[in-house]
Amino acid sequence: MNAPNNAVNVSDNLASLAPFPQNRPADRGLLRFLTCGSVDDGKSTLIGRLLHETKSILEDQLSALQKDSRRHGTTGEDLDLALLVDGLEAEREQGITIDVAYRFFATPRRSFIVADTPGHEQYTRNMATGASNSDLAILLVDARKGLLTQTRRHAVIASLLGIRHVVLAVNKIDLVGFDQAVFARIVADFQAFAAPLGFVDVTAIPLSARFGDNVAAPSPAMPWYDGPTLVEHLETVEVDADRSGAPFRMPVQWVNRPNLDFRGFSGTIASGRIGVGDEVVVASSGHGSRVARIVTFDGDLPEAAAGDAVTIVLADEIDAPRGEMLAPPKARPALSTRFMARLVWMAEDALKPGRSFLLKTGARTVPATVTRLASALDVDRYEDGAAEALPLNGIGLVEVQTSAQVAIDPYAENRVTGAFILIDRFTNGTVAAGMVTEPLGGPNVHLHGFDVDRAVRSAQKNQRPLVVWFTGLPGSGKSTIANLVERRLVAAGRHTMLLDGDSLRIGLNSDLGFDAASRAENIRRAGEVARLMMEAGLVVLCAFVSPFRADRDRLREAVGDGAFVEVFVDTPVDVCAERDPKGLYARAKAGGISDFTGIGQDYEAPQAAEITLRPGDGGAERLADMVLAAIEPRIAGDGQTSEDSAAL
Amino acid sequence: MSAPLQAVSPGVAQGVAPALEGLAPSGAAPRPALSPHLARLEAESIYIIREVAAEFGNPVMLYSIGKDSAVMLHLARKAFFPGPLPFPLLHVDTRWKFREMITFRDAIAARYGLELLTHVNPEGAARGIDPFTSGSALHTQVMKTEGLKQALEKWKFDGAFGGARRDEEKSRAKERIFSHRTAAHAWEPRNQRPELWSLFNTRIARGESMRVFPLSNWTELDVWQYILAEDIPVVPLYFARERPVVERDGALIMVDDGRMPLLPGETPQMRLVRFRTLGCYPLTGAVESSATSLQDIIAELMASRASERQGRVIDHDDQASMERKKREGYF
Repeated sequence: MNAPNNAVNVSDNLASLAPFPQNRPADRGLLRFLTCGSVDDGKSTLIGRLLHETKSILEDQLSALQKDSRRHGTTGEDLDLALLVDGLEAEREQGITIDVAYRFFATPRRSFIVADTPGHEQYTRNMATGASNSDLAILLVDARKGLLTQTRRHAVIASLLGIRHVVLAVNKIDLVGFDQAVFARIVADFQAFAAPLGFVDVTAIPLSARFGDNVAAPSPAMPWYDGPTLVEHLETVEVDADRSGAPFRMPVQWVNRPNLDFRGFSGTIASGRIGVGDEVVVASSGHGSRVARIVTFDGDLPEAAAGDAVTIVLADEIDAPRGEMLAPPKARPALSTRFMARLVWMAEDALKPGRSFLLKTGARTVPATVTRLASALDVDRYEDGAAEALPLNGIGLVEVQTSAQVAIDPYAENRVTGAFILIDRFTNGTVAAGMVTEPLGGPNVHLHGFDVDRAVRSAQKNQRPLVVWFTGLPGSGKSTIANLVERRLVAAGRHTMLLDGDSLRIGLNSDLGFDAASRAENIRRAGEVARLMMEAGLVVLCAFVSPFRADRDRLREAVGDGAFVEVFVDTPVDVCAERDPKGLYARAKAGGISDFTGIGQDYEAPQAAEITLRPGDGGAERLADMVLAAIEPRIAGDGQTSEDSAAL
Repeated sequence: MSAPLQAVSPGVAQGVAPALEGLAPSGAAPRPALSPHLARLEAESIYIIREVAAEFGNPVMLYSIGKDSAVMLHLARKAFFPGPLPFPLLHVDTRWKFREMITFRDAIAARYGLELLTHVNPEGAARGIDPFTSGSALHTQVMKTEGLKQALEKWKFDGAFGGARRDEEKSRAKERIFSHRTAAHAWEPRNQRPELWSLFNTRIARGESMRVFPLSNWTELDVWQYILAEDIPVVPLYFARERPVVERDGALIMVDDGRMPLLPGETPQMRLVRFRTLGCYPLTGAVESSATSLQDIIAELMASRASERQGRVIDHDDQASMERKKREGYF
């Protein structure tokens, strides 16, 4: 470990302790970093200084700056470098940066993209945005003020978003008389705070953005500091190691099929390397093949690596539509519909569990629900605590349920395949940044690519499989009608199965109670069983109270819209209570059953059921006729598979 | 590196079409690998272009004929190779572009077999809007901004690529790569979606659209170095040669055709000039330069002390004028 008056290294990373090599190749590629700090720490001034020192400010921009400095500046007669980077009119007048702005500069050794992010508490989302694409963060600290709540918050967000390289820029060192002791104390404070944050290296530099000390040239005022200048450090820091070391992943972005002789899968390699002849599998189907060609406009490549945009041709004709992921058979991503994730919540209205969104990861967009808020992070204390909701800029640990399987990795292992966004289904806004912490639903579950699929099974039975879901109050007649429907289907030669709430609760669901969460799980399991039976080619009749609309909507998404028929048995509650075939209403009224739908718990009627049955329409036989009339045409095969029925 | 584009060297500048023939694909001779940072910019842009083609129902690439459009088109051809571009190009013509630009545009479209749509604002044309009598602001508003909106509505495009870069101007620096526009084509700087990782949210409501800028993270120098490395044809106006210009309000304006009214005392003079950006000729100032090759341009740029938009008359209208134009729907 270096002495505190030098570049400080929190870990024992030898690379950054080594002296700076003099013979670097001229082009070290591109470094993306973000700058963050509290209001008035001097971020904009520092970026302006970096642009100025690297000769990135041109004459006409400089003359505009002189004009602006006189009008809005805060530095008297001097150029106000901060005005160079504050872009929008309103914030120029407010004197603060309110959004993420990107700046560009280059030295002979490297090119840089800077994300300038704000210090205001309410703009955490912008900082997360800037951090998501950065490899390094410069945390600014005002030497007069030391570490602030905001500094800590920014360090935590940078860490959560996977940034492993940090520069602690102790700015305005001129205003504390270039005092080494002040610098050493801030560095020690930061080390104590940042120890659990997992940074690979932390380099502390005392500087003055306004006057340029230790920005591009060593400061004569600080002979006690013998570490690198900021520019020197940015030019040489090594950040690329992680991406190419991880297993191969490529989300399929585009299927390139210009003619019958060519079919390629286009995408950008998220991590690892791939070569011609390597084995790959399609993550969600499990189908495997070998890489036959790696095609680019500039000719075929023998191999390609993380960050390359390529088109892969496989040796076998297998399906991999947009949204699929290619991976090596022996190091596949998790395939899951349920996982834990860190969320940075970015919308005005707080997140409450149970809300449904669109989730985008890789090239895949699927409906998803945040089913549980496990905890919320107290950023200042770096502690997780219980929470009911996640407010704007809140960071929480949540459980996510997707309506279809997605291929994911933990974010700590892969910053591309472990990341997702949540999109509001009504406003289309991006409302959360998500980072997978842990896939749920059993480790190492991978679908095998079986040759006999739903289409084959249903063709054999000469019918299109269907899930017919009867919902309604207890005693409404669901099971009675479903039973009649099944008898007639079987008589007509159809292959069927009937599931009802009681039969599942005796066996598969015997561990579940009747509170809202158990009811949701009851329905989820019933839906999974129904889906599997539908995969077997059957017409599955399901009779469940299923009182919650969100649960039924999830089923519809899980089964697939085209194969799901919702039947609302709309018998009024007084009629049901009158019938009371199992004596349940009487017990509930007497207080013997809590959470009884229709008495203690609400029933949410469907808003767009395919079929609605009312007792006034006739007896059970007549109602069963109505169901049959509606579903028979959808079951009638004509040799078509259920995939086609989606178009109906 | 082989010699720069024969096609666009000044000696043959007027003959764009034959020059393009001289640009037969070099094919056999492999080019040196791109520098790491250009390779990364290229791959990131290709990703963006593929994402738009995959997620929008009716995308289009706005092709303004300049160097940025040339790079953007090249990247799109790479993105879908060996397939064709899955979207058309659209040029909004103001009727005041340099003649060489139009010749070049048509030659490129023919050469690569591209579907090229063009649109001129018919009301503007009927009213006789021009940059001289109507003024630069009105001309740009009617022929460019309104013309663009008309074209997007006419063909019902929901996603439109533009070649803008964040380094061009301060307000551009904060613009997203996927920039949402309301049904009225307005940009709302206060209501932008956060852009995390490369997970672009492409969802829009009916009537809304998205402007997409695949070159957001490129600088002017990157663009020229890439043109050099990839041998991309560009309009010969970028290279210095003797051209007839008049000096007006501090800018060197090229007299490109007989429609330009000369003021008392103005006589076109032949001067060795080139253009750093291309637009409507009366609104685009030339710079004095002797750069006749791509290497010369890059050397000039690296030593340059002025930004490329300096030659643009419209940007000087007033402070923060670009931001105002964008809110109104200017690209």
